[in-house]
Amino acid sequence: MRKTGLIVAAFRHPQALPDWDLQKWDVLLRQLRQAGMTASLYARLDGLGLLSSIPEQAARHLAWAAQLARRHKQSVLYEVGFIRNALNRAGVPVVLLKGAAYVLAGLPASEGRIFSDIDILVPAESLNLVESELMIHGWHSTHHDVYDQRYYRSWMHELPPMTHATRGTVIDVHHAILPVTARLHPDSAKLLKAAVPAGGFATVLTLGPADMVLHSALHLFYNSEFDHGFRDLVDIHTLLQHFSGLPGFWSGITARAQDLELTRPLFYALRYTTLFLNTVVPPAVMIKADAGRPNVALLALMDSLFEPALQPDSPDHVNLIAVAARFALYLRGNWLRMPPLLLMRHLFQKAVISNRKPVEKTQCDI
Amino acid sequence: MKLSDLSLPELNRQLRQGFYFRTGAFVVNVKSAIPAVANGLSLMYADYPLADRAFADFHVTLTKPHHWRRYFRPQVFFRFEGTSPFSPLPLSQAFPMLEWGMNWCISSNAHSYLMIHAAVLEKNGRAAILAAPPGSGKSTLCAALMLRGWRLLSDELTLVRLTDGRIEPVPRPVSLKNASIAVIRDFDPLAIFSPVVRDTVKGTVAHLKPSSESVQRAVETATAAWIIFPQYVKESATVAVPVSAGRAMMRTADNSFNYGLLGQQGFAAMAALVSRCNCIDFRYSALNEAVQYFDHLPVPDPA
Repeated sequence: MRKTGLIVAAFRHPQALPDWDLQKWDVLLRQLRQAGMTASLYARLDGLGLLSSIPEQAARHLAWAAQLARRHKQSVLYEVGFIRNALNRAGVPVVLLKGAAYVLAGLPASEGRIFSDIDILVPAESLNLVESELMIHGWHSTHHDVYDQRYYRSWMHELPPMTHATRGTVIDVHHAILPVTARLHPDSAKLLKAAVPAGGFATVLTLGPADMVLHSALHLFYNSEFDHGFRDLVDIHTLLQHFSGLPGFWSGITARAQDLELTRPLFYALRYTTLFLNTVVPPAVMIKADAGRPNVALLALMDSLFEPALQPDSPDHVNLIAVAARFALYLRGNWLRMPPLLLMRHLFQKAVISNRKPVEKTQCDI
Repeated sequence: MKLSDLSLPELNRQLRQGFYFRTGAFVVNVKSAIPAVANGLSLMYADYPLADRAFADFHVTLTKPHHWRRYFRPQVFFRFEGTSPFSPLPLSQAFPMLEWGMNWCISSNAHSYLMIHAAVLEKNGRAAILAAPPGSGKSTLCAALMLRGWRLLSDELTLVRLTDGRIEPVPRPVSLKNASIAVIRDFDPLAIFSPVVRDTVKGTVAHLKPSSESVQRAVETATAAWIIFPQYVKESATVAVPVSAGRAMMRTADNSFNYGLLGQQGFAAMAALVSRCNCIDFRYSALNEAVQYFDHLPVPDPA
């Protein structure tokens, strides 16, 4: 593999971090901040008992970020409590996905992870009920544009994001883990059936271990955005490390991937976590995972795109190869989500018709 | 080595590549080719120690845009690690923007402190925290006290260490607004100001150079002894009224950057701070009288 950034080296081999000099830490901290992974590294070093072995000037930045992450975790637990109450009467179990699931299940992948939305999965037939219950409890739909409403409701696998009127929190309600229009169709009923209770609640669940990894892989490798690609890759690595101690996890995951038609995302997940992060995967599992291996030409192409796109950005230099790879993956991500004609229409709509409001910034006032 | 040891051309040269200096517990690397930034730094930061280029807590840049706003009504951008947290400002506001930007870097990151939006000064080892919303005459009073021998710890950011409750200095130029600029010029004709900048979000702004003593003793922490809620009231007599600890705590929490974020730790730190201080509502109009009052502040009883 080509030269990797310091941040990759830090997560690949955190044991070596006490040997890093201050100058290296300076660059690493900047990369971490940009990737939103400072608190994750804090958790990693804390787990290894190495926090006191790194330069004090750097350790303090990690601790600052960890403080913020602790607060974030609390707010996630608090918000999940509201969601649980809102959906209690409807009798619909809430299956949390991604970040919120990691927090509720107390997984190491949640350590130091900051995210903005809470994603939940509910049965397709409960979708209307869930939407109206959430509205009664103060959440409202944010995308009022007619095209956006149609985009979400007819073609996507989720409702338009809903924001809570007073708390300002955002929830994404999914009925599947891929759009209706996508090439792959992992069966949501199977996912819901295998979900497991989390956080000590009977009605709050997360996906089962294998499904959680497969969803995480799908989310990274079948997405159109790679701005946080490396962070998501570290998530998968951390999940794999954590679950590898579970009896039957490794033998189950390849079979489960077949069952859910997710052999390709699993192949990519194992390929790139081992490549970037030296994740320990049993050789037999690597062989079985070859069921999802693309042909030689396609794999060479995907390597040439994923490798640069998964590299975190550097604070001082724009990597043009990474920019180009991410753009190609953006097109691919959309290509995988929709049939060609629909995709053309969607991209035209987004590029030309939808007049997006600029992001609001704060005035400086201190 | 101090900033004043560098010639202006040398400072300009370093600023283009990244100029490292220390303010209290933080090393900042400023990168900018804008002359107003160099001029502001050389005037306001003359006594500050330079820092090793190996490490900076905050890397910030101030740049002109590459598009037409570089020439027509030119603008300045503040950037921090690939993000620009603020809207651009007119180029004339480059130096105040650097000040505000550095404050923002500290207040949005340094969570090993309970951070209060307040001025803080020290005399005989005891610190007075001046907490008040903008426009209440906090900075004016702070400037006057500094010019009469109080050591400036900070004009904007009171940093209370979570570990032991001591206050760490981040001495920086005092930001004065509108009428208070002339008030302080009259108060001390020898005071050194940065060029006056008009039409900012805060009105007309100028910065006052911190006293050399404040900068030289920037590593000396202090114990909080007073929390004062100053209010300038036109033609008012100098009036000091004690404030109950509970009320003082709520009002200080309202002026904190990270009280909520710190959760229980924030509550404990704030409660400990308030309980070791005398808390006072302070109304004034005559600066000389106000400063005299501060020299006789009632020392809190040891807890």
